[in-house]
Amino acid sequence: MNITQQIVNAIWLGGVYSLFALGYALVFSVLGVLNLAHSAVFMWGAFIGLVAVTQLNVSVWAAIPLAMVVSGVISIVLDVLAFAPLRRRNAPRISQLISSIGAAILLVNIAQLIFGTQPQRFPLGSIPSDPLEGLPIRITPIQIIILLVAITLMAVLQYLVVRTRAGQAMRAVAFNQRVASLLGINSGNVFRMTFFLAGALAGAAGVLFGLAYNTITPFMGDSVALKGLTVIVLGGLGNIQGAVVGGFVVAALEVFSIAAGGSNYREAFVFTLLFLILLFRPQGLVGQAAETRA
Amino acid sequence: MDLLRSIGITEIVFQLMLVNAILGLSIYLTLYTGMFSLANAGFMAIGAYVGVVLTQNYDLPLWAALIGGMIAAGIVAVPIGLPVLRLRDIYLAIATIGFGEVVRILILNFDTLASSISGESVQLTRGALGITGIPKITETWQLLLFLVVTVYILVRLHRSRFGRAMAAIRQDEQAAATMGINVVYIKNTVFIFSAILAASAGVLKAHLTRTISPGDYGFDQVVNILAFAVLGGTSTWLGPIVGGFVLTALPEILREFKQYRGIVNGVILLVVIVYLPGGLVNINGWKRLWRRIRGQPSVIERIQQNTRSG
Amino acid sequence: MLELKKVSRLFGGLQALHQVDMRVPEGRIVGLIGPNGAGKTTLINNISGLDHPTSGTIHFEGREIHNLPPHRITGLGIARTYQNIRLFGEMTVLENLLISQHGRGRATVFDSLVFTPRFRAEERRLKNVALQLLERFQLGGMAHLLAGNLPYGDQRRLEMARALATGPKLLLLDEPTAGMNPIETEQLGQQILRLRDEQLTVLVIEHDMSLIHQVCDEIYVLNFGQIIAHGAPDVIKHNPQVIEAYLGQEEDTELESERERS
Repeated sequence: MNITQQIVNAIWLGGVYSLFALGYALVFSVLGVLNLAHSAVFMWGAFIGLVAVTQLNVSVWAAIPLAMVVSGVISIVLDVLAFAPLRRRNAPRISQLISSIGAAILLVNIAQLIFGTQPQRFPLGSIPSDPLEGLPIRITPIQIIILLVAITLMAVLQYLVVRTRAGQAMRAVAFNQRVASLLGINSGNVFRMTFFLAGALAGAAGVLFGLAYNTITPFMGDSVALKGLTVIVLGGLGNIQGAVVGGFVVAALEVFSIAAGGSNYREAFVFTLLFLILLFRPQGLVGQAAETRA
Repeated sequence: MDLLRSIGITEIVFQLMLVNAILGLSIYLTLYTGMFSLANAGFMAIGAYVGVVLTQNYDLPLWAALIGGMIAAGIVAVPIGLPVLRLRDIYLAIATIGFGEVVRILILNFDTLASSISGESVQLTRGALGITGIPKITETWQLLLFLVVTVYILVRLHRSRFGRAMAAIRQDEQAAATMGINVVYIKNTVFIFSAILAASAGVLKAHLTRTISPGDYGFDQVVNILAFAVLGGTSTWLGPIVGGFVLTALPEILREFKQYRGIVNGVILLVVIVYLPGGLVNINGWKRLWRRIRGQPSVIERIQQNTRSG
Repeated sequence: MLELKKVSRLFGGLQALHQVDMRVPEGRIVGLIGPNGAGKTTLINNISGLDHPTSGTIHFEGREIHNLPPHRITGLGIARTYQNIRLFGEMTVLENLLISQHGRGRATVFDSLVFTPRFRAEERRLKNVALQLLERFQLGGMAHLLAGNLPYGDQRRLEMARALATGPKLLLLDEPTAGMNPIETEQLGQQILRLRDEQLTVLVIEHDMSLIHQVCDEIYVLNFGQIIAHGAPDVIKHNPQVIEAYLGQEEDTELESERERS
């Protein structure tokens, strides 16, 4: 395998990681909590995409937005059940982390009950999978599609957060909830919107991931969950642009450690990196040195 | 005993209840000191593997393996704790999750790694398949004794200068420091004790379940251990024990509903953290819940409502 | 006894303290006043080791202390209270006072395990000290109440009792009368004067000028991180710079409370 091939692999994988981690980072930046059920929403997104294609006979193109909407709604339900009651009580952030774990267990087990534990696949031909011809490297259409969808969604998110009133409200709440409420911003609505967006991104990432690896199981979120943590820590917890950068860095690290013959250690590399970043640069790779070490 | 057995609590279930109580206590120590560390599964893995290698490859008795596993975890805890415990809440949680994963992956690849370094074929941890055929030599009385001794130490710990300092650090680390408490020392010592306790549970459990593999000590295991402490509550040592017992016994009692086991676990964790934040062993929490059910706000809630509307 | 030389503290680009020189002589009660946001609490944090100066030195009884961790500084004999009461609210009043004697005990966990005579004697001793302090601060009979449930005035006094329980030579009081009425303030002043009679040195941060005039031997005035005046209370009162510094005070109140919360 040549180096260009590795770079290509790292880029499309990075797109999926970034997309997934964006939701993580979004919730952390606005609410200051780590939502460990995010990976369960990701998994649900994949299943919904699958069901849409196999049961409803829609195309993958329609399945992605459908999965995004449903995942967004699941994510809002998550907020209502697991986060909102604790927020109202002013419970410590750690309690919210634990309740998100409870929610994750619940979501994974419900999926297990409905879909079983056997890996499931998108039907053959739901997306062209033959490598493009006439190129010196191996690229499948699905990889290009994944990257395009991921970049489009990231751009849309960036636009939403920076350019729209809703995005302004989100940033205001993220900066200081008390001040935001003085400005007449309904923080409850902002939280729900944040969870919807995060869920939708996770859902899209889930479908894309399911298409790329073509094995969908209730446990597919597990590996991504911890990797996603590394991604957002790399980017600086709650830093949205940082999450994108982090996604590509982690993907590159994985791809190149496999290429270097260390496929068994690729996760060790990732988690060692996580560990070191937290110790030496808790503000993340791109962040400013600040009092991040809360 | 027959009654217990009829509802599904066989001897092995009872033994696992005891082991899980010990695991619950190991995370209780750090939580009680205000540290949200999730390294326990990693230390449990270190204990289990060192212990099993000692009994299987060196024919040592269980007590020697227990001590060996505990020492190994204690030694690893020192260089981990010193840098990591400077981090707080979510940052500490993530860093210790990272540590646990690194331990798991290192054990997974230990044989290939050791083989390539030493140049000869090493077969110790046996990769993803793990070690099988471990003799079941942990006995109920040993577990009971171990748990009783641990609880005695905890009770005396809480009554000591050291134990008071632990509680002070949880409530206000800075204030504790200006009261003359060496926060770094106390935190690291507690972290090491917690690691040792997790390792002991790892050794004892490995010689009950008879097989160990790296997959047993992943993030799921951390979540289980955390659930023991959260369900029972961490205001007293009794909480994690009750939590460990309930979460181990409940699935067996409800085994007709086996497919819903995971759902029940998730719901329990959610309901407890949302409606009974002090856990099962917490009288004030039950009182508060009772008032809520009957629709009477507590004094504190009434004050909060007044200040919010005012 | 306590000597600060050219102490500066930068937070990012913000100069919280600038070249502060200050001396607290043994056996005196020294006041530190200044408008909100002047850097008074930052100064106390630097002396007690919760924060460290960017440059400059702090000496206590001839020893350099500005790089020591807080528990070492407490061990050397500097105790402090907090402006926004920071008791251990989930513990009883008695336990609060036992904890603050941490550095004065020697018993280990092992002593506790086997009930050594040393352990029992020490526990008795610590408890006696605690009970005496409770009497002294009119908290007798409250030993087994939760500190967090005490009325505000009692919490303030417990905060001071707790600092004294560490066995200090120098006591740093961060706005000890915040939220008290004039009568309580006057009583607290009496307590502080009694401390001096017991050879304790006190550095008190205050807003309440009546307390400052009641107890202080000399006063430092801090504004925008710099000492702008130093002298006897009567002299300070008429210093034009001081009067000017206090005029702009009200506007800054919001800022200071905002910063303390973050």
